[in-house]
Amino acid sequence: MNITLKVWRQKNAQDKGGFKTYPVANVSPDMSFLEMFDVLNEQLLAKGEDPVHFDHDCREGICGMCSMYINGKPHGPKDAVTTCQLHMRSFKDGDSITVEPWRAKAFPVVKDLVTDRSAFDRIIQSGGYISINTGGVPDANEIPIPKKIADQAMDAATCIGCGACVAACKNASAMLFVSAKVSQLAMLPQGQVERKTRAERMVAQMDEEGFGACTNTGACSAECPKEISLENIARLNREFYGAKLKSENV
Amino acid sequence: MKLDSKIPEGPLAEKWTKHKFNVKLVNPANKRKYDIIVVGSGLAGASAAASFGELGYNVKCFCFQDSPRRAHSIAAQGGINAAKNYQNDGDSVFRLFYDTIKGGDYRGREGNTYRLAEVSVNIIDQCVAQGVPFAREYGGLLANRSFGGAQVSRTFYAKGQTGQQLLLGAYSALSRQIDSGKVKMYNRTEMLDLVMVDGQARGIVTRNLITGEIESHSAHAVVLATGGYGNVFFLSTNAMGSNCTAAWRAHKKGALFSNPCYTQIHPTCIPVSGDHQSKLTLMSESLRNDGRVWVPKKGIKGLTAKAATEIPEEERDYYLERIYPAFGNLVPRDVASRNAKNVCDEGRGVGSTGLAVFLDFSDAIKRDGKDVVKGKYGNLFDMYKQITGDDPYEAPMMIYPAVHYTMGGLWVDYNLMTTVPGAYAIGEANFSDHGANRLGASALMQGLADGYFIIPYTIGNYLASMPYDKVSTDHEAFKTAEKEVKERLDKLLSINGTKTPDQFHKELGLIMWEYCGMSRNEKGLTLAKEKIKALKKEFWSNVKLVGGNDELNMSLEKANRVADFIELGELMIDDALDRRESCGGHFREESQTEEGEAKRMDDEYAYVAAWAFQGENQEEILHKEELIFENVKLTQRSYK
Repeated sequence: MNITLKVWRQKNAQDKGGFKTYPVANVSPDMSFLEMFDVLNEQLLAKGEDPVHFDHDCREGICGMCSMYINGKPHGPKDAVTTCQLHMRSFKDGDSITVEPWRAKAFPVVKDLVTDRSAFDRIIQSGGYISINTGGVPDANEIPIPKKIADQAMDAATCIGCGACVAACKNASAMLFVSAKVSQLAMLPQGQVERKTRAERMVAQMDEEGFGACTNTGACSAECPKEISLENIARLNREFYGAKLKSENV
Repeated sequence: MKLDSKIPEGPLAEKWTKHKFNVKLVNPANKRKYDIIVVGSGLAGASAAASFGELGYNVKCFCFQDSPRRAHSIAAQGGINAAKNYQNDGDSVFRLFYDTIKGGDYRGREGNTYRLAEVSVNIIDQCVAQGVPFAREYGGLLANRSFGGAQVSRTFYAKGQTGQQLLLGAYSALSRQIDSGKVKMYNRTEMLDLVMVDGQARGIVTRNLITGEIESHSAHAVVLATGGYGNVFFLSTNAMGSNCTAAWRAHKKGALFSNPCYTQIHPTCIPVSGDHQSKLTLMSESLRNDGRVWVPKKGIKGLTAKAATEIPEEERDYYLERIYPAFGNLVPRDVASRNAKNVCDEGRGVGSTGLAVFLDFSDAIKRDGKDVVKGKYGNLFDMYKQITGDDPYEAPMMIYPAVHYTMGGLWVDYNLMTTVPGAYAIGEANFSDHGANRLGASALMQGLADGYFIIPYTIGNYLASMPYDKVSTDHEAFKTAEKEVKERLDKLLSINGTKTPDQFHKELGLIMWEYCGMSRNEKGLTLAKEKIKALKKEFWSNVKLVGGNDELNMSLEKANRVADFIELGELMIDDALDRRESCGGHFREESQTEEGEAKRMDDEYAYVAAWAFQGENQEEILHKEELIFENVKLTQRSYK
């Protein structure tokens, strides 16, 4: 296969950046999308040009580090996969493919396709946990949890924090990400103690980071590589309003 | 050098309790006077950093990824072992200890391994309290499954994403400490040297991967939780960024490196599809419960999975069932891996590369129906189809062994301290608990055991005798280390040769896989040593990089890591040459039974090899720690 790549190049956060076109020849359909970039980068390096920088690590779809916006879709055209699990057999010989970084005010570009997603870390730091110390906890089977609830909590907890939801949203909203964590902990008995403050604090931090508002278009869930459900956003809204109604901070 | 493992005296079951009582304590009010550096944010690093912060120490935690949540612990699929005996099937701490030490082919320490089994039960309690959504039964209690090397069901799991959920649990505990200000997190920051002051580890030198800034960080102790070194082989199931640099730099500052040749080769991975391959993906070994492994009796070049369905039964060789009638397709990882290599070496491998064997589910589908097979393995079949484009319901899977885990690592004593005072190694980065072979679902257990329940106790014993005074990063030792780090990076950038870091890395990987992989012999290892020496020389005169030191420069990062992999590769060869026995995952061709099976030699090799760095381009010196077995009887494994 021969592919033409139109890639966003940006030297650093200050640089304005722009698209550059690269032909990539002899692409095997068995290659992953990132392996195709490896080939391009080896060619660039051999020519003495700066390789295209992109984030990636586990290359098995679970670490959440890879983050390419491919032909107008986060993680490319296939449903429910990350960029590293996208293979070239999903494209045709002669295709022209446009690759950009995540676009969101809260995810500033660091270089080329690499963005700064530390806003997500700060949201988790604002309350995405249960405040217990190591040791001194009850036996794991002390509190039975209905299988259905445990499974639903697991579905929410599957989020890999890649940021595709933000990149897919026209408002660059982080509601799906935040709601996945709030839902997981709100559903479990262990999460009840801090349920209200958690929802309040995490939403406040989300707003402070500059993410947009949610208008329930559902693009986030449609593009999510882990298929995190929109129900979580409904749960977050309920948690947040419930917390505000009874909050001591109002 | 006399290696003192500091295993406490007394009965096995009382060692840890006694030790916890005997270690010195740091008064709660004094803990805030001590600084601890944790390098790495996987299961071991995140759990240790969080626990230190909770205790009141000042912690700095470092990771090279953009967030601590990305560490490669996240990719573990199967589960985590714990001796809870929730299934009432006869499990106990002693049984988990026994299975682990036997599974490690009697090359691990009894004391450490028993402690691991002992604290395993606390890990599950801790994770559940954090909100980790483990799988549950309809009655609401925790579910378990069985795993290789054990006859009880003691593995806790969260779908096929157990590592992810445990890591997110540890990450949440870490995030809470970051919020409280007790832990300061440094993302996209790589440790490039360990700094010694008066013979003690007192800090590290790091590079900010975004700005290229070289910085010094001072502390009273340094904890390395930097994972394994499987990427020496270039192709492995490790993440692309997983590297040995932090551990290797500590080694060069005096930390002995143990059993480097102990690597685990996992039998069921998706085969290499071409030269472009960047990493290998594991398929859970539970597949061998229903899949039958075979190759054609006579080699057929480029045999595809589709064409394989046409091959009649009598022309197929179900070689594991043939050679090992008792265990069949369920022989341990090392036996399955080695036999796959053998049939491929005979020219009977399948697929376009000839480096693959079939794992066939057609009989299981005929016997149980497609729905039953789908219920058990649906997500794995989907993943296989996603990566290869082939449908395992229609035609057999192709699998081949791949490097998965490294049992070797920095030598540590019972307190998890390396031979450098004040420098600790936890999780996969140390050597201590798995002997020559790790059982499934034990890596997650060890990472969290070390981080949550062992090092928070043992580090106090060291700190209690340390003065509160901080060492300034203006100290000469820091300045010298910074200078050396900068000079090395400048050197790499100035070579301006013709080969990229990846090209060198791939060459190194091929040498290691060919000569120091599943099966080794003296002749091959000796040749490999020469090849690696030559590769090292070429690297330092012909590597090509672009860009500068003061920006995000991933090829510079890569080259710096590959340089360390090359040196570690040579040490792995030395260690493999020394160990003239077959044990655990390693088949030494000179040491086999008449039937061609692995032959362990307990009289000569029941020791931990611990290598001491002697200077650039000098041969390392081997020290031995004798392994003493008082509670288990050493037996040879047999699966016939």
